[in-house]
Amino acid sequence: MKYEAVIGLEIHSELKTDTKIFCGCKTTFGAEQNTHVCPVCLGLPGVLPAVNKKVVEFAIKAGLATGCTINKYSKFDRKNYYYPDLPKNWQTSQYDLPIAEHGAVEIDVDGQKKTIRLTRIHMEEDAGKLVHSGATIKDSAASNVDYNRTGVPLIEIVSEPDMRSAAEARAYMEKIKAILEYIDVSNCHMEEGNLRADINVSLRPVGQKELGTRTEMKNINSFKALEDAINYEIERQAEVLDDGGVIVQETRTFDPERGVTLSMRSKEDAHDYRYMPEPDLPPIITTDEEIENYRKSLPELPDAAAARLQNELGLSAYDAGVITSSRQSAEYFDATVKEGADAKLAANWIMGDLAKNLNADGITIENSPVDAKRLGEMIKLIEKGTISSKIGKKVFAEMWKNPDPPEKIVKDLGLVQITDTAAIEAIVKEVIAKNEKAVADYKSGNKKAIGALVGQVMKASKGKANPQMVNELLAKNLEG
Amino acid sequence: MTAKLINKTAHELHAMLKSKEISATELTDEVFAQIDKTEETIGAYITVNRENALKEAKAADEKIASGDIAFLTGIPIGIKDNICTKGLKTTCGSKILENFVPPYDATVIAKLNSQNPVVLGKTNMDEFAMGGSTEHSAYKVTRNPQDTSRVPGGSSGGSAAAVAAGEAICALGSDTGGSIRQPASFCGVVGLKPTYGRVSRYGLVAYASSLDQIGPLTRDVTDAANLLNIISGVDEMDSTSARVKVPDFTAALKNDVTGLKIGLPKEYFGAGLDEKTGAAVKSAADLLAQKGATITEISLPHTEYAVASYYLIAPAEAATNLERYDGVSYGARVAGKDVPEMMTNTRTEKFGAEVKRRILIGNYALSAGYYDAYYLKALKVRTLVKQDYDEAFKSVDVILAPTAPTAAFKIGEMVGDPLKMYLQDVCTVPLNLAGLPGISVPCGRDGNNLPVGVQFIGRPLDEETILRTAFAYEQESGIKWELPGGAK
Repeated sequence: MKYEAVIGLEIHSELKTDTKIFCGCKTTFGAEQNTHVCPVCLGLPGVLPAVNKKVVEFAIKAGLATGCTINKYSKFDRKNYYYPDLPKNWQTSQYDLPIAEHGAVEIDVDGQKKTIRLTRIHMEEDAGKLVHSGATIKDSAASNVDYNRTGVPLIEIVSEPDMRSAAEARAYMEKIKAILEYIDVSNCHMEEGNLRADINVSLRPVGQKELGTRTEMKNINSFKALEDAINYEIERQAEVLDDGGVIVQETRTFDPERGVTLSMRSKEDAHDYRYMPEPDLPPIITTDEEIENYRKSLPELPDAAAARLQNELGLSAYDAGVITSSRQSAEYFDATVKEGADAKLAANWIMGDLAKNLNADGITIENSPVDAKRLGEMIKLIEKGTISSKIGKKVFAEMWKNPDPPEKIVKDLGLVQITDTAAIEAIVKEVIAKNEKAVADYKSGNKKAIGALVGQVMKASKGKANPQMVNELLAKNLEG
Repeated sequence: MTAKLINKTAHELHAMLKSKEISATELTDEVFAQIDKTEETIGAYITVNRENALKEAKAADEKIASGDIAFLTGIPIGIKDNICTKGLKTTCGSKILENFVPPYDATVIAKLNSQNPVVLGKTNMDEFAMGGSTEHSAYKVTRNPQDTSRVPGGSSGGSAAAVAAGEAICALGSDTGGSIRQPASFCGVVGLKPTYGRVSRYGLVAYASSLDQIGPLTRDVTDAANLLNIISGVDEMDSTSARVKVPDFTAALKNDVTGLKIGLPKEYFGAGLDEKTGAAVKSAADLLAQKGATITEISLPHTEYAVASYYLIAPAEAATNLERYDGVSYGARVAGKDVPEMMTNTRTEKFGAEVKRRILIGNYALSAGYYDAYYLKALKVRTLVKQDYDEAFKSVDVILAPTAPTAAFKIGEMVGDPLKMYLQDVCTVPLNLAGLPGISVPCGRDGNNLPVGVQFIGRPLDEETILRTAFAYEQESGIKWELPGGAK
């Protein structure tokens, strides 16, 4: 049977506040175990939480940037479950009155635009981390708990089940990541766990309205794992259904190495979280004026940036989409253009040689050895005709290793384009003298033969001769 | 040694320390001599902090010698064992925190310490403040100094007994459903529960967060006002602390009730109230009427639902508050084959029966499918109870009521009947639900010659009016704590 997949995502994003959500401890990643802790985040007897106002601000901004309505009366709740990385054995989260609700973002998969609705965004605290003595919990004699991450602020962004394929889910998560980066509320370092997703997947026969039974996969922390897990789960569920089986509502874990999902716990073992309003925290009241001020403080968002690049700078929809997919690349692009570079050339270089080199060396654009200023200067050299595009590739490769300004590199390597008519003409004459056959062909009416001659001139000039001038001077000397 | 100091109030001793008539060391020695004499019988303390207390007395004497004296400087004080004291074991009367030494001070302790008091030790209590007799302590039974066959009340029974027996000059307790006022009433001392939010709860080990409040147990109203001055105030560590200026409560201590409107809620004088207890309380109203107050009968119609509501809300909050005691990073641990079994074993073995009972009630009330019927309904009742008071305070300034329906009961008399024990809270619990301040002061004796307390209830953040009423009553009645015969 043909099935339609129905996919929803719960994205957890760590907010980049200096301090934790309910105490003054630092949020820095990678510190020595249990050094960023205090009685409050350790949940010692007698302690009370106090809300970090930055967390509320960031959550509201995330809500506004994703088209949500901000709840002017919001509150925290206790979500109760026992786990050793959770010192109070409840997570302070939000239940029925989250900070933001009813949003939507637009995604684009192969030119097809689609709106994905957001159910809600709520604030909560992160848990600690178990450090096992062995490779996995099963073969460990003991585990330590590192509470550094306990109380790091999170927002959970819950989507409606609006996605129909792994590609759509990926596009949605990429869009959320881009938005959070643009508004500068999360580092979104997926490898550090800043951004991770729980995926819900169900299948239904094409054309059927009601939803099938869903499974959930938790803590997916890369785009590849997201797509692999969804694709595997779609296939697995289809097989079960085709064989006349039923899908068990359960939580499954995704093994990225084997590319399979495995049953973790069924609905029967599901927690009753016994949510209760957090009595130690007063409700969060936000005024219309505050919301308006937050709205005004938002920077340009990815969709608006892409529209600007298309409409004002003439980029194609595809190029604008790629460039604006992260705040860092959009900023890099804008800075390159600001340096005076042509927008289309800048886009080509960023998506071409720059991206290739960044990928090869595994570095991010904000750490690129060739910054926007130098790339802009180099593009200007091409525009001015100081170097050709082809030479530009050589210059760029050198710039990757050499921090000098491109102009200096071009000079030092002797790559300045030859635009001196006499110099080019001298080479042209030499080439004409040495290539009697090509000259004869040309003169007998085979105008294409000039191509071989151009190639010879370029070769003799080590690629530095201005190609247009070479063409002109060859034509002139051959006719003459 | 004849006791000459331990029968005095803190403000009397403060004057003597200030005039250098006595030293803090002398005073502290005398209190420890009394502890040596009576503690074996009374059992007011879980931890006696003798060595450090003597050091603190010496430090206080040095401060006083340099001319620097505050109200509590050199005054021996007992602290309920659910208030965190840095470096001093804080057990909450529970085996699960048997060896727990807090690495931080509660805000109230930091405030006290700024005045150099002498912290005598940590007083006994019902485990995690759950109980009204101190019989639910995992460590010991505390006996009422007024009659050692009887309970001191609870859960701040150790604090009340220490103050009454001369084993402390004053003490801090906590009140979630009457846990300061009822033991004060049983032991014949003064107990004040401030308005919710008046005193920071940071460092008070939570029982029921929306109801808990720290307050003083003292020998007279003046001491209560002085202690309230010290411990009150907004605290950034407690988001529920009231963001208001704190008045000087001692300025309210005026022997003048002329024109004061006092309401007697008929529901508090109904069935279950011991006749002699009721008579003693009513005589307090009569006396205040003679002195110029107007007494009217009022009605707080939802009173009968308050106890039921309390015994859903408090256990629900307690069920989550006590989840942290799991054996993972502090407190007791009982081994198990894996983490869940270790947690289960720890909690099964180390929590007492009353605590387990309330955890079960609380979790039941919060469970999926039961939340609306129990917890949510209880919250609605809470609102109604609050509204009753709001309505009453439109026509009266103070509400006068018994603190407890009876005087102190016999040790063991009620432990087998939790419901009967819970109903003891009928006069105190509604204030906690509404967050109101209340003070219990001695107002006579019942048929067994046991002390009876009268309770004055005030508007939110209006401790001043109840302190004035209590002070005037204390002055006019002449009824005051005295060192009981058994403790002499």
